[in-house]
Amino acid sequence: MRNITRAGVALGAALGAAAAVLPGGAALSQAQDAKPFKLGVVLPMTGPFQSHGKQIHAGMQLYIQQNGDTVAGRKIELLLRDDAGVADQTRRLSQEAVVRDKVDALFGYGLTPLAMAAAPISAQAKVPQIIYAATSSITEKSPYIVRTSHTLPQVASVLGQWAAKQGVKTFVSLVSDYGPGIDSETWFVKDYEANGGKVLDKLRVPLASPDFAPFLQRIADLKPDAIFSFLPSGVGAIMMRQFVERGLDKSGIRVIVMGDVVNDDSLNSMGDVVLGVTSAAVYSAAHPSPKNKAFVASFEKAFNMRPDFMAAFAFDGMHALYEALKKTNGSSDGTKLVEAMKGMSWESVRGPVTIDPDTRDLIQDVYMRKVEKRDGQLWNIEFDKIPAVKDPAKQK
Amino acid sequence: MMTILFDGIAYGMLLFLLGCGLSVTLGLMNLINLAHGSFAMGGGYLAVIAVNRWGVPFFVSLPLIFVATAALGALLDRTLYVHVYEKSHFDQVMFSIGLVFMSVALVSYFAGHEQVFVDLPASLRERFDLFGMQIGAYRLLIILVCGAMAVALHMMLKKTRFGSQLRASVDDRRVAEGLGIRVRLIFVVAFAIGSGLAGLGGALGAEILGLDPSFPLKYMVYFLIVVAVGGTGTITGPFVASLLLGVADVAGKYYVPAAGAFIIYVVMLLTLVLRPQGLFARAR
Repeated sequence: MRNITRAGVALGAALGAAAAVLPGGAALSQAQDAKPFKLGVVLPMTGPFQSHGKQIHAGMQLYIQQNGDTVAGRKIELLLRDDAGVADQTRRLSQEAVVRDKVDALFGYGLTPLAMAAAPISAQAKVPQIIYAATSSITEKSPYIVRTSHTLPQVASVLGQWAAKQGVKTFVSLVSDYGPGIDSETWFVKDYEANGGKVLDKLRVPLASPDFAPFLQRIADLKPDAIFSFLPSGVGAIMMRQFVERGLDKSGIRVIVMGDVVNDDSLNSMGDVVLGVTSAAVYSAAHPSPKNKAFVASFEKAFNMRPDFMAAFAFDGMHALYEALKKTNGSSDGTKLVEAMKGMSWESVRGPVTIDPDTRDLIQDVYMRKVEKRDGQLWNIEFDKIPAVKDPAKQK
Repeated sequence: MMTILFDGIAYGMLLFLLGCGLSVTLGLMNLINLAHGSFAMGGGYLAVIAVNRWGVPFFVSLPLIFVATAALGALLDRTLYVHVYEKSHFDQVMFSIGLVFMSVALVSYFAGHEQVFVDLPASLRERFDLFGMQIGAYRLLIILVCGAMAVALHMMLKKTRFGSQLRASVDDRRVAEGLGIRVRLIFVVAFAIGSGLAGLGGALGAEILGLDPSFPLKYMVYFLIVVAVGGTGTITGPFVASLLLGVADVAGKYYVPAAGAFIIYVVMLLTLVLRPQGLFARAR
C-alpha cells in the first residue's frame, strides 16, 4: 500500500510540474488524495447500439493513452459496464457503480432513455455525469450532468435556417418515428418555416419496417426541392438505396440530413448512393484542422477503425474531466468538479468549444458537409460553418 | 396508384417467401420454430459473402443460397431440432428463441453490427414504365421469383407423391410409419425446403428490408402475423395473407402516413375476429 501511495505522489508531482506551465494548472497539484479517481463507464457494448459504446470507449482510451492515466495526483480508473442499450440495466449498473464501487463520476450514456434513467442517480449522489445523448432536456434532469456532445435542436435549427437562406423553397421531412427523429423534425420545421420555407409534408417512418417504398413514392409525387431526414444510420443507408432505386436521385430532389444519418462509423459501408448528400453536424472525421488530423491518424492506428462523432465527444469528455480535476487539485467533490467545468473553453478536434455555464451544454460551431469520395473512401467534407451555436431549446 | 399496388405486391411476396416455411413447419409438422428468421438472415449474409466477396453473379448466387440454407436446415434438424419434435410447444419456443439469440450474437461477432447490402447488378437498378406503372426491375424480380416458388410449392404439396406422404405423416404419424413412409426423412426434407425458402427470402429481401444481426428479432412479428392471418398447413393461406398484408401496409403508409404502421395490425385483428383459424385453414 505504501509503495502505491509513494508512486502516486511521485506521479502526481511530476504531472503537477508539467501542468504548472499550462493555464489552469498553475496551482501545483498536490497528491492530497492519492486514492484512484474511479470513473463508472456505462455504455452499450453489445446489442444494436454497440457501435456507440465502442466508439466512446475507444475515444476515452485514446485520451488516456495520450495524456497519461494520472491527473492532479489521481490515477484514473475506468470501471466499464455494459448496459446493452437497455434503460433499466443502465439504471441498475449506474446505481451499483455509485453505491457499491463508490465511483467519483459517471461517464457514457449515448442514448436519451439511458441518460434519463441514470439522471436521478447522479442528482441524488451529487456525482458528475458526462453524457452523449442528444435530447435537449436531459441536462435539466440533474444539475450534475455535463454534455460534451451536441443537442438535436442545436443542429436541426441551424439546418433549417441554412436551407431557407440557400433558397431551397419546399421540403418534405422524413424521420424515424422515435424521440430523436421527432425532435429534429420539430426544430428543423420551426426554423425553416420562420425563415420563409414551406414544408409540404411530415412523414414519420415506423422503426420496425424499413421498406421506404410508400414514403418515397409520396415524396416523388409531392416533388419538393429537397427532403430533410433523420434516421438511425443503418436505416439511413436503406433509405438512400431505395431513393436511388426509385430514380429520385435523377429528379433533382436534394437530400439534406442530420449528420447522424451519414455517421463516419458506417459511411463507407453505405456505398456510393450517399455521394452528394448534404448534412449538418458538429464533427466530421474529415475536419481539416491539424489537431483533428492527428486525432484521426492515432485513432485509426490504435483501434483499426475510423473515429466518428461519439469518439470525438468522448475524447472531449475526458478532456473536460481532466481539466476540472486539475482545477480542483484532485478533489473529487462532485459540485466542485461540475463548477470547474462550467465555462471551460478549449480547442476540440471539432473546433473551438465552450461549456455553457447556464445549461452545461456545449456552445460550438455547426458545419455543413457534403459526402465526397477522397482516396477511394467516403468522407463528409465541410463547406460551410455557423459559428458558436447555443442549444436553442433552452434559450428563454 | 398502380405503382403503390405494385410495390405492395412485391413487399407481400417477400413476406410470403420469408413466412411460408414457418407455416409449413408449424402447420404440417407441429413444430414452433421461432428461429425461422435466423435462416433468412443466414441466406442474406451468404448472399453478401458470395456476391460481394467472391464475385459470384447475383443470379447464380440465388439457387446456391437456397441449396446452402436448405442443407444447413437439414443439418440442424438432424442434430438439434430432432430433440424437440416430441417436446411441448413451450419447450420448442424456449429452444428456438435461444437459437435466435445465438445466431444474433454469432453474426454480430463475425460480421459486425452494421447494415450490409448485396451488390446488385446494374440491370436490376433499372426502372421502366408499364401501362402507366412505374416499375422497379428489382421488385419485379421479387414478384417473379416468389410467384414461381408459390406455384411450385402448391403443386408439390398437392400433386406429388412427396406431398401426399408429407400430409399423411402429419395427419397420423403412426399409421404413416406403418404404411412404410419414412416419416423422419420426409420431415427433414420439409424442414430443409422451408429453411431454403427463408434463406432465399433473406437474400432477396436484404435490399428492401435491410440486413443486420437483429434481423430475426425484427421480423419475427411479421412472419408470425403472416402465419396467423393465413392459417397454417396450406400454401394458399399464407400466400393470400402476405399479399393482403403487403398491399395494405404499403397503401396505408402512402395514403395515411400518420397511421400507416398500424394498418398491418388492424388487418390481422379483423381477420382473426372473423376467422380465428386463419383465412384458409380448416376449423378445428
